[in-house]
Amino acid sequence: MGITVSKNQWMNVAMVAFAMCFIVFSSNYFDEYSVRILNNIAIFIILAVSYNLINGVTGQFSLEPNGFVAIGAYVTALLLVSPEAKQYQYAIVDPYPFVMTLHANFVVALLLSGIFAALLALALAAPVFRVRGDYLAIVTLGFGFIIKILAINNPEITNGSLGLNDIPEFSNLYWTGGIAIIAVIVILNIVNSKFGRAMKAVRDDEDAATAMGVNTFKAKTLAFCTSAFFEGVGGGLLAALLTSISPDLFDFFFTFQLLIIIVLGGLGSTTGAIIGTVLVIGGSEWMRFLDEPMHLFGYTTTAMPGMRMVVFSLILIFIMLFAREGIMGKRELKDFFTSRKKGEK
Amino acid sequence: MILKIDNVTKNFGGVTAIKETSFSVAPKEIFGLIGPNGAGKTTMFNIITGNYEPSSGQVIFRGEPMDGLKPHQIVRKGIARTFQNIRLFSSMSVLDNVLIGFDFQARYGFLESIVRFPRFIKEEKRIKVRSMEILDYFGMASFAHEKAVDLSYGQQRKVEIARALATNPELLLLDEPAAGMNPSETEELGVIIKKARNDFDLTVLLIEHDMKFVNQMCDKVLVLDYGKTIFEGKPHEAIQDPEVIAAYLGDFHND
Repeated sequence: MGITVSKNQWMNVAMVAFAMCFIVFSSNYFDEYSVRILNNIAIFIILAVSYNLINGVTGQFSLEPNGFVAIGAYVTALLLVSPEAKQYQYAIVDPYPFVMTLHANFVVALLLSGIFAALLALALAAPVFRVRGDYLAIVTLGFGFIIKILAINNPEITNGSLGLNDIPEFSNLYWTGGIAIIAVIVILNIVNSKFGRAMKAVRDDEDAATAMGVNTFKAKTLAFCTSAFFEGVGGGLLAALLTSISPDLFDFFFTFQLLIIIVLGGLGSTTGAIIGTVLVIGGSEWMRFLDEPMHLFGYTTTAMPGMRMVVFSLILIFIMLFAREGIMGKRELKDFFTSRKKGEK
Repeated sequence: MILKIDNVTKNFGGVTAIKETSFSVAPKEIFGLIGPNGAGKTTMFNIITGNYEPSSGQVIFRGEPMDGLKPHQIVRKGIARTFQNIRLFSSMSVLDNVLIGFDFQARYGFLESIVRFPRFIKEEKRIKVRSMEILDYFGMASFAHEKAVDLSYGQQRKVEIARALATNPELLLLDEPAAGMNPSETEELGVIIKKARNDFDLTVLLIEHDMKFVNQMCDKVLVLDYGKTIFEGKPHEAIQDPEVIAAYLGDFHND
């Protein structure tokens, strides 16, 4: 068997190339505002695709991403903020001495953010996966709260509710977009391997999966840790994009937004998670015109702040009414091409 | 003896589901576990597969006690099962369902799958070829890319057995394989199980209510009633045994 490249693989290569061209083009020619939205979209693609791995692919209804994103953001921030900037930031109490010495370059900071989050996920997996279904949601929800509270109540490290500022703005579209591409490829490769099959089997019927010799705890832990890793990296990118972080940023609403994205796109579909991100993160920006005064059929309406959220919610409701399983269901983009080919066979 | 059940008792609170039951299954035997509803047959299956821990007694497979092993570890030792109500992975294709059986037999690591090492590609190819062979054996190869839930009941039953065989078992546990099937499907299933027994070197332990099927299939049967063994021997003798008849139809004489 020589190296045969299937049509599918060519399509993947073409899509990665297209995404790269788009990143280069938009960071050179788009205005600052658009680039900022694209940065947000890229980071949320990383988060949504990895959250989808545990929640959609493995079917473990967990509500913890805000916790892992917060950890990633804080680790990156602590490693990137210069000692001089740290000196004047800690207003509540003096930081621990080791906080002052923490320093690393951007790549190392991001990697450490991911690894730190993944290790914590590994430690959490044993207690968390003792429970299933609704109970799992409650346990993981609690984890998100705990991280936020820890961030507030340990000002020696995190500067408490004031948060960390003056984080160097390292994130740009090359970083966020590039890592988003890597995250999507890595997660698709996991999904299309025995590990991904085991995760899907756990989602469909955990007992039957066990009866096939699948170590379901291992499958869930792998999904959880991979998901946490990319959530940590995403958190790091977010910190280096916003340049300042505080515990309030990572409350439950953050998780909730990701949940909307993956449910809208289709639980279990990586393509769906990407589409969902573009629609939710991009859509809420593009619909800003709805908040402003409008001229309709000769009438002029006054400015209605919040109108876009009303319209956005209506669109969400309609999509969920007519596509119960989300836009993509459990399908991926390639399924549309393969199903069309079946007729020829 | 490939499987030895040694004096197994299982209590659920105050209820004794299985009481001091012992039996042995010889290699390549088709062994029937029969009895009225609530006799403890499925409980016995769950003890063998490690889903339940016996309250006392032991399960010995190929001379090795199975104490304390988790269900997925027992599968890896060579005991596979099917379920009473078919439990295929509903979102997955027929091929993917069978591929799950190869989960622990595919030799590549997590990082190898992420960067698509040559070994990943080789192993994936190997298990796909093996899965297609098994599906082909059951005449299901042309359905490989269909969703498992879109198949007929009889076809799903075959996929479930194919999936169990993918784990490369020596002992196959079938929980009511003929349930919900029409007579011609049952007949076909019987032929397949007997053929697979020879071709895959299997020992089969099955639970079944269809006595005609049991009579045709089984070399030996064990009849349970309220967790107690009331008969062990040839199937055609079982249906003439007064105690077995009493268990199934009620004991008219003592009323």
